[in-house]
Formats: sequence, structure tokens, C-alpha cells
Amino acid sequence: MDFASSERAGAQPKEITSAKIVVAGGFGVGKTTMVGAVSEIEPLTTEAVMTSAGVGVDDSSKVPGKETTTVAMDFGRITMADDLILYLFGTPGQTRFWFMWDELIRGAVGAAVLVDTRRISDAFAPLDYFENRHLPYLVALNCFDGAPRYEPEEVREALAIAPHVPLIMCDARHRDSVKQVLVGVVEHAMATLVAEQGRGFQPTPVG
Amino acid sequence: MGHPQPPHDPRGALVRPYAVTRGRTEPQRHIPIEAVLVASQAAVQEARFAGHDKYRIAVLCEPRAQSLAEIAAYCRLPLGVARVLVADMVADGLLSLHSAAPKEGFTERMDLLERVLSGLRKL
Repeated sequence: MDFASSERAGAQPKEITSAKIVVAGGFGVGKTTMVGAVSEIEPLTTEAVMTSAGVGVDDSSKVPGKETTTVAMDFGRITMADDLILYLFGTPGQTRFWFMWDELIRGAVGAAVLVDTRRISDAFAPLDYFENRHLPYLVALNCFDGAPRYEPEEVREALAIAPHVPLIMCDARHRDSVKQVLVGVVEHAMATLVAEQGRGFQPTPVG
Repeated sequence: MGHPQPPHDPRGALVRPYAVTRGRTEPQRHIPIEAVLVASQAAVQEARFAGHDKYRIAVLCEPRAQSLAEIAAYCRLPLGVARVLVADMVADGLLSLHSAAPKEGFTERMDLLERVLSGLRKL
């Protein structure tokens, strides 16, 4: 589609599609660990620079509290085929950067909200965020060593997670466990898409 | 094989972020953070004359497709700056922009999900 410049940039044999899955959660919950467990590259950090105050003020020297803030997002990559790449993006830990979350989830396949069972209340803000977005997500309980173990249903109740949202246990350090979380995200996204289709959310042409 | 290393930038962090875009903060087109870009060998040659940062980006995207996020990270540019430069390069034919995931169409979206699922299971 966006291939207008291909004549000059040289003929590429195939259009490459990239997809992304978002790993969300509070600060220090293990998002980068989770990304790193399956990524083919060491997780990279991309930074967005913004001014934290003084929007619309031309002369920054007149705004004593004005500072540029850097929002960092860690991400990883899985090259699945020569024409398919999956990116995993961790959200910025600080929940005040909601607008960056908006950019990250745009066009995403789905999201996993990572929850540390030792600090369950840190999950409220990320969960609130996804409840109000049109993006399939699941909740992954990161079971650190020695962390209090709860039954998944206890956690579901404590966090008031809706019945249709999958809840799974994981260990963000282990590749197979993270793989299962991502498989869960995609399966949930497929089920959501089928359900939308069934409700006539996206009418298909008959014929 | 390791990651492609862009040529070292001796200016370090001394350059104000948007100086390299000559102060422009709005890209010519919005490029999603995960959209991938590819430079042909011919484009790399041409990019030699497009300025240091654009050349670095072209070199990075020649051996393998790189997302906007990777370009920003490897070239140590803030995301907004990388987006302006990359949009310019797409407009000038130095990079080809490949599509991010389809947002519409049941069949297209389901096909992609199935491919991603099968890719994950093979990990």
C-alpha cells in the first residue's frame, strides 16, 4: 500500500508486514524482562522527548519548572518470516505518560497487562486504561520467586477483572512461559475479532 | 550476526534534538512506531548526499528492514526526530515504507493473527 517510492528505493520483492503486541504494567513489574525473554535482539530503548510544562509558552526561561522529560519505551523483535515481523513494546512505567500508551496501542494486535502479585494495587491504573480501550488484552500474573501465590480467581476478584478477560500465570524470565502469554494474547484477539464479526460489528459483503 | 551498527556519530548528545530536522517537529506523514523501512543499495548511495543522519538511517535499513522504533534506538535519536527524518526519506524515495498490521477487514486481520500465532508457536 505505502509503496509509492518503491521505484526509486529499488524493487523490494515483498511487502513486509509488521505487527505489535504491547506489554503493559506498573513500574518494575518485569515488562522488559518479558520482552527480553523472547526477543531476538537485546531489548532496545526508544525515547520520546517532551516538555513537561509550559505548553504554549514560547520562552522557556520564563517558566522555572519547565523541563524536558524523556519517556523511554523498551521493545524487542521477533522476525517470523521474511515478510512478517512481530514487535513487542513495553509501556513506559510511569502511568502519567498515558498519551504514549495511546500511541503504542494504536494498531496493536493486543496487549498483556503484567501484574506483580506482591504489588497488586499497581495494576489498577493499567487495567483501568485497557478497560476503556478497544483493544483485546489479557492479564498475566508474573509469579516472582517467593511472591505470594494467589489463586487466579482471587486475583480476578481483587482486581475486578471482567469475566471475558483471560487471566494466566507466567514467569516473565522464561521464554516458554512468555511464549504462552503471547499465544494467549493472539488467541484472545482472534476470539474477539470473531465475536465482533458475529455481532455484525464489521459487516462482510454477502456473496 | 549482531545488529547493524550505524556509523558513529561524533556529535554525541550535544545537538539539540530537533536541530537535525532544522527545527521541524511535524513529519510529512504519520509513520507508526512499528512500521518497517527498507533502503536499497542505490538509495544508500544517494543518501550520502542527504546529510549525516539520513545516511546513517539508510545504512541501517539496507541489510534488513528496521522499524521506526529501531531506527530511533540504533541512531540514538528521539522518536519524534526519527519520524520527521524517516518521513522525509520516504517522500524522497530513499526509504520504502512497508505496511503495519491491517486495521480493517475481517479476513485481512484474521490472516495476520493466524500468521502471528503460528510464528509464536514455532518459537
